[in-house]
Amino acid sequence: MNAAVKEPLFHVVKRDRSGWARGVLVRVAAIVLALIVSAVVIVLLTGMNPLHVYAALYDGAVGTSRRMWITLRDASILLCIGFAVMPAFRMRFWNVGAEGQVLVGAMATAAVMIYGRELPAWAMYTLCPLAGIAAGALWGVIPAFFKAHWNTNETLFTLMLNYIATQLVAFGIIFWENPPGSNSVGLINAKGKMGWLPSIGKNSYLLPILIVLALALLLFVYMRYTKQGYEISVVGESENTAYYAAINVKRVIIRTMAICGGIAGIAGYLLAAGVGHTISTGLAGGRGFTAIVVAWLGKLNPFSMMLVAFGLVFMEKGALEIASQFNLNENASEILTGILLFFILGCEFFINYRLEFRKREREGVKA
Amino acid sequence: MKKLLSVLLTLCMVLGLTACASAEVSTADIKVGMICIGDENEGYSANHINGLVKAAESLGISKDQITFKYNIPETEAAYEAAIDLAEQGCNIIFANSFGQETYVALAAEEYPEIEFCHATGTTAMNAGLTNFHNYFAAIYEARYVSGVVAGLKLNEMIESGKITADAAKMGYVGAFPFAEVISGFTSFYLGARSVCPTVTMEVRYTNSWGDMALEKETAEALIADGCVLISQHADTTGAPTACEAAGVPCVGYNISMIPAAPTQALTSSAVNWAAYYAFAIQNVLDGTTFPADWSAGYVEGAVYVTELNEAAVPAGTAEKVAEVEKAIKEGTLKVFDVSTFTAPAVEGGSYTVDADGHLTSAFATDTNGDWVADTNEVVIDGAFSESSVQSAPYFAIIIDGITAVTE
Repeated sequence: MNAAVKEPLFHVVKRDRSGWARGVLVRVAAIVLALIVSAVVIVLLTGMNPLHVYAALYDGAVGTSRRMWITLRDASILLCIGFAVMPAFRMRFWNVGAEGQVLVGAMATAAVMIYGRELPAWAMYTLCPLAGIAAGALWGVIPAFFKAHWNTNETLFTLMLNYIATQLVAFGIIFWENPPGSNSVGLINAKGKMGWLPSIGKNSYLLPILIVLALALLLFVYMRYTKQGYEISVVGESENTAYYAAINVKRVIIRTMAICGGIAGIAGYLLAAGVGHTISTGLAGGRGFTAIVVAWLGKLNPFSMMLVAFGLVFMEKGALEIASQFNLNENASEILTGILLFFILGCEFFINYRLEFRKREREGVKA
Repeated sequence: MKKLLSVLLTLCMVLGLTACASAEVSTADIKVGMICIGDENEGYSANHINGLVKAAESLGISKDQITFKYNIPETEAAYEAAIDLAEQGCNIIFANSFGQETYVALAAEEYPEIEFCHATGTTAMNAGLTNFHNYFAAIYEARYVSGVVAGLKLNEMIESGKITADAAKMGYVGAFPFAEVISGFTSFYLGARSVCPTVTMEVRYTNSWGDMALEKETAEALIADGCVLISQHADTTGAPTACEAAGVPCVGYNISMIPAAPTQALTSSAVNWAAYYAFAIQNVLDGTTFPADWSAGYVEGAVYVTELNEAAVPAGTAEKVAEVEKAIKEGTLKVFDVSTFTAPAVEGGSYTVDADGHLTSAFATDTNGDWVADTNEVVIDGAFSESSVQSAPYFAIIIDGITAVTE
């Protein structure tokens, strides 16, 4: 009777909440597939043995203990910036201004390091992070305030503030450049290392990692077990529901963005006092945007985000080594990262949906 | 007894360490590292890379013994790259970009037994480290020669009636407004003026070492402002590309610009870094110490001008170039001869001038941190003695005839 209705070859069916084991399996399969496709690309483009290239990638990221530490530290910093966008995203507040919030945080830190040279160590170690957090929070609150009161477009607003932050830093460099005309500040307090994040034992990489791990724990508890964290989720789901539940939406928006900006400020502090020991317009280096990828690929979960941040930094560090060993320049590693991201993003489809093929032979049974 | 033993052991270790520091390294064992701001696709770094490969070849060191780190920015990444090369066992590590200096110095402090050499930097002489060095070439000599080529071209344009003598204005695309660039464009200008007395020059900065689009735009802006010949101190082929399109002759830097501007590129001033790399590596092989600063010019073959473009240069240029090069080598021609230029008197500046504006005294380096040079007199025997106190240039005077636009 319904033979005239043409059934398509397959249709897409949403899965019920499938088990986590399935999700892990699909993701692992995606990564394996990505590696195979990358291998084919490597062979076709360069004629090199892809296994050697992968070995170099691994070697560059975690091959020595020093490289391992650097990769872990850089992943923590990226993660920290990811934390700076995550609560806002939970609230459906599209904060794309982490880059600027990090920069002003770093700039405030650098200012304290430069003008506070004579301060005692304890004052320096308190003032530097406080200045960074305050500056970052301010940079986060400005767009939140306008959003809360006049419903301005936060995507545009936060984006534009990035450019203002970059120009502010460029302006600061005019006063702090060393030597003049070079347009760079160089190492701040190279002699004496005032304000530099201290090493633990001989390890200068550990402290930023610990700070970010502590932050991860705090944030997890804050988002999941506190009233404020719950308010963020409610505002994110539906502002009307939030109003109905007598949640002060304006206050939640401003408060959450102050926290986001503050976390970005911590990242800025870590970059200026713990990693670069300088200030430049490129200090954040696009990490404010990469952090958005970290947040979403990690499904806004602090622990999944760790894996993503580590993966991205792993690829970036490995890429340096590929360039060094095989003369493949940065474009080569960008292609590899691109393939990997394509498969990882693509596999989400297969986790959430399944394809149902036309079933000719079982048609009778179904009817 | 125990104490004595520990003292003896300590002594042994100390002696062992010092022995290490001055030990010879065999050609087969030496490892060389280089940190590049770009890669072989970027002219400035390509010039360094080729120089190092050439120097290694001449010393019998194989390419496998060199490890390059490409695209390392002027951030803590430079420190990390330096440390990484050190841990890979490099005996000598070079870094080629100005802003990497403080980071490389930091690594040098941590690895006293490894030699770290930084191009274009300024702090080695006062760093108090025996294993940290600055190097640069007397590129001003080659810029002067390329300026002579430019001046001859201007003369040809004046003679053919294309421009009037008053309109002989050159444009210069500079990177940053500091001594390295100022010294470069001044020597270029003086070279041009030595053959074309009416020439003037306008300088504009891009505030970047390499930005193709920006350099092209800056060259276009200079041409629109009446410049009839363009030169550059920036890394890309942006300016020559603009010149080829506008039909304006140009003088390049580091690499021949003939491929980018086949009808307009005259020549380029360039550094032959192999001269330094061979020198530094030889010292490491011999286990000898070498100075904190190194600068060499025509005499040592460290600078040169690239091939003259027969399609663009006037007849007789090659002969004149040979004559000027010979005079520079013999020391009869001094690029910054104070009788050839004048500068405005400045209150509290790093130099003093007589009533005519000729330099009577000038300082090379600064001691009190206000960035105005106040020590090391460099006006010697009637000339400003560039790159003799430290390898990086310190001539930072805007002389009469040049307008520098800082935005």
